[in-house]
Amino acid sequence: MVDKQIVDIIESSGIDIVLSLPCNMLSGIMDEIDRCKIKHVSVCREEEGVGIAAGVLLAGKRPMLLMQNSGLGNCVNALMSLTSLYEMPLLIMMSHRGGEGEKISAQMPMGEAAPLILDSMKIDHISIAGINELEGLKTDIDYAFENNEILAVFLKRGLWHETD
Amino acid sequence: MKRIDILNEVSKCDGLIVCNIGFPSRELYFLNDRPENFYMLGSMGLASSIGLGLAMSREEMVFVVDGDGSILMNLGTLSTLANNKTDNLCLVIVDNGSYGSTGGQKTYTSGKTDLEMIARGAGNSEVVRAKNKEDLSAALSKCMKKSVIIIAEAEPGNESVPIIDLEPVEIKNRFMGR
Repeated sequence: MVDKQIVDIIESSGIDIVLSLPCNMLSGIMDEIDRCKIKHVSVCREEEGVGIAAGVLLAGKRPMLLMQNSGLGNCVNALMSLTSLYEMPLLIMMSHRGGEGEKISAQMPMGEAAPLILDSMKIDHISIAGINELEGLKTDIDYAFENNEILAVFLKRGLWHETD
Repeated sequence: MKRIDILNEVSKCDGLIVCNIGFPSRELYFLNDRPENFYMLGSMGLASSIGLGLAMSREEMVFVVDGDGSILMNLGTLSTLANNKTDNLCLVIVDNGSYGSTGGQKTYTSGKTDLEMIARGAGNSEVVRAKNKEDLSAALSKCMKKSVIIIAEAEPGNESVPIIDLEPVEIKNRFMGR
């Protein structure tokens, strides 16, 4: 249910192409994307997605990057010296690993660092932990594209547990 | 061939050009500046990815001028290109066996690494090696009908050309026709 709701918001925000790398938490969203009109392209590394997104944007369309928060570390330079430098808007949606309920210890350090990395990159980020918090998302996405800004959205584990 | 000869051939073609960071972009800017050129100023390795995003979203032919050092940095792109077939993307990899913009340090293509075999192994069927201008111009004319990867052999070295005096946003806006 929540996966469909999120993809409906993405679709109504005019996203044309999603570039993705998988995460367990995102499998439902990825399936929903494949069921809608949005083009979905798998990439081999997150940074590659940042590059493709730039090309999509230069063609006058709206790109989105979908990945695990660990992927943020793989695209820091591209987000700065491409997306941000040329003032290209981009929606980044990330599953936020680490924190309470995380079973894989390797996810802890980057889970904690990811928001701080975005702070130092001066990239706006929001965190969504419950279905009621999806309400303002479309407005935030529209704002980012209208103002040539990057918007990073962390999807927290609780978002799915709520519906269990 | 010198890289500027390769750039000269590519810039004669009708289409959009995504040009690699550093001297390749500076040489293209000096040679034939036009709004349809997108000059990369950072993000080494992503020229082919930017080109793919464009080719998937627009009808025009998209030419990408990449380099051996850059493509080695983003080898996954060759798999992504092979599996997301477009018919309007021509990837020209200038292979001079060196990191040209940082002082000519050698890359592994000057050793054992063969980009043509890597590109084929990634699943790309149209891969052409261009050793001279005739090869290149023949390969480029083939490009106008379908997507091709061209490995263009070049001598190491850069032309003495000025830096690009355009703001990044200016490059983007005029490319997008604003």
